[in-house]
Amino acid sequence: MGGQTLSEQIISHNAAVNRPVRAGELVVVEPDTAMGHDSLTPGIIKTVKEQLGVAQVANKDQIVLVMDHVAPASNVGTAENQNFIRQFAWEQDVRLFDVGRGICHQVLVEEQIARPGTIVVGSDSHSTSYGAVGAFGSGMGSTDIALVWATGKTWLRVPETLRVQVSGRFRPGVDAKDLALKLCRDLTIAGATYMAIEYHGMEWLPLNGRQTMASMAIELGAKAGIFPPDGVVAERFDVPDWLFVDPDATYAQTIEINLDELEPQVAIPHSVDDVVDLSDITGQKIDVVFLGTCTNGRYEDMRDAADILQGQTIHPRVRMLLTPASREELQKAIADDTLNTLLAAGATLTTPGCGACMGRHQGTLGTDDICLSTGNRNFKGRMGHPTSQIYLSSPSVAAASAITGEITDPRKLVS
Amino acid sequence: MSNIWKFGADVDTDQIVPGRYAPYMRPNEDVGDAAFIEARPDFNKQAVPGDIIVATDNFGCGSSREYAPYALRRRQVGAIFANSFARIFYRNAVNLGIPVFTDEALVQKLQDGSEATFSLEAGTITIDGETHQLPEVPNFAKEIIDAGGIVPYVREHGRFPNS
Repeated sequence: MGGQTLSEQIISHNAAVNRPVRAGELVVVEPDTAMGHDSLTPGIIKTVKEQLGVAQVANKDQIVLVMDHVAPASNVGTAENQNFIRQFAWEQDVRLFDVGRGICHQVLVEEQIARPGTIVVGSDSHSTSYGAVGAFGSGMGSTDIALVWATGKTWLRVPETLRVQVSGRFRPGVDAKDLALKLCRDLTIAGATYMAIEYHGMEWLPLNGRQTMASMAIELGAKAGIFPPDGVVAERFDVPDWLFVDPDATYAQTIEINLDELEPQVAIPHSVDDVVDLSDITGQKIDVVFLGTCTNGRYEDMRDAADILQGQTIHPRVRMLLTPASREELQKAIADDTLNTLLAAGATLTTPGCGACMGRHQGTLGTDDICLSTGNRNFKGRMGHPTSQIYLSSPSVAAASAITGEITDPRKLVS
Repeated sequence: MSNIWKFGADVDTDQIVPGRYAPYMRPNEDVGDAAFIEARPDFNKQAVPGDIIVATDNFGCGSSREYAPYALRRRQVGAIFANSFARIFYRNAVNLGIPVFTDEALVQKLQDGSEATFSLEAGTITIDGETHQLPEVPNFAKEIIDAGGIVPYVREHGRFPNS
């Protein structure tokens, strides 16, 4: 047979498969990890116990629980649900990363639970993030995750692959977020439905940039978004010898992007693929800047913002919310002057986790509020009241805009 | 007769059930009461069991939240017809036993505010006096939907479809 894509290699080498597979085949796999977060795990537990009648999970080492969506609890309902999850974790002896540890997608990478060549499924659409480290990461609903916990297995269709071939390098003021938004713009919100994406030509891209890109693979409808395990990933992780870019692999589609020509991008309300060049939206007034999420809540994102906010103060009519992706990322920002710079400028620090991204706590938007977020979704009402609006950008653009109170090109700020 | 509720393209799961109305946030409420609560208040207030949802492209994109299709099941939506579905939503809907169909010609014929007669058993839908065969559903999805969802399927067969 000919060559295999990264997805085909990973699925072929899964313990429950162990034979060469091709795009289009339906296979039963044994995911290396099945992650549940606080928002959906109460329902997953009920499905396992009450509907499937399973008292003991199939493989406790396969399960990881993370409290990130509403952390710490915001009301009695979420508090009771979190206690229910803790009881389950202790009773089944499964790993639990509790309140304050960070966003599931960041934590699983830091803990090296997501590793090159593994299959990681999660009760969260942004589980594509694990592709940053060369894993096959994919989001599923609660019932599918419950079936993994109960049986150890799930079924999936081996996806076709869309190859993103990048040339050039980011120019100053342009980063991986702009590339992720440009892909949404060019391919549309459904452009990679059922497909895996592979990102080629970016061996030099740091881990945080890979995480930004892979987290947003789902915004194209993709099943997974995978980086070859090269560069920084090959340095930090063990890479199985069967996982490599095969020149004979078959791709359903290839798109080419020249980074030398890429401009900063901004998604405008209310769709992730409604994306414009930054220059076409500068001057748009904003009320809130949200720096955080699994897409852009890491140390490097905070550092980019701090470089712009150094010695500056945010606009008096702007609230700036800062939600680190994890405790480790927050600790990095404390170790140098990053956090202090952001706080001195007027940012509000919240608990590491998902923060305001889903409009549930720590900065829910009110009527007509306009937010510039470094997150991944700007659907109507996602962060709060249905009349509120969300723009999406890189951390640099978000920081520059926090100073002026309007969407601003950081390269044009006069300090 | 089923009322037809028609939507456009890229209806995301935040429109179907906003995250703020998740069962996690309101454990003692029926999530069915939150279906389209902000995006389509007329559906939220008036939809009755057996009603049909119709949409153009990429219905259910965004979050993996299964409580979005679950809210529609709580409302006893009879079927969803769309030009296309987002991947996770489609899988969740099938897992919950909701009949989901992909058919551009039928989507075009089904108008918002009109009525149709739908029968899963007979495999037909009648629009303006014209009876159409229901579109084919992939075999694995059909097996799951016929069983009433993936949980009853697995309980009955002890395995996944096609395995």
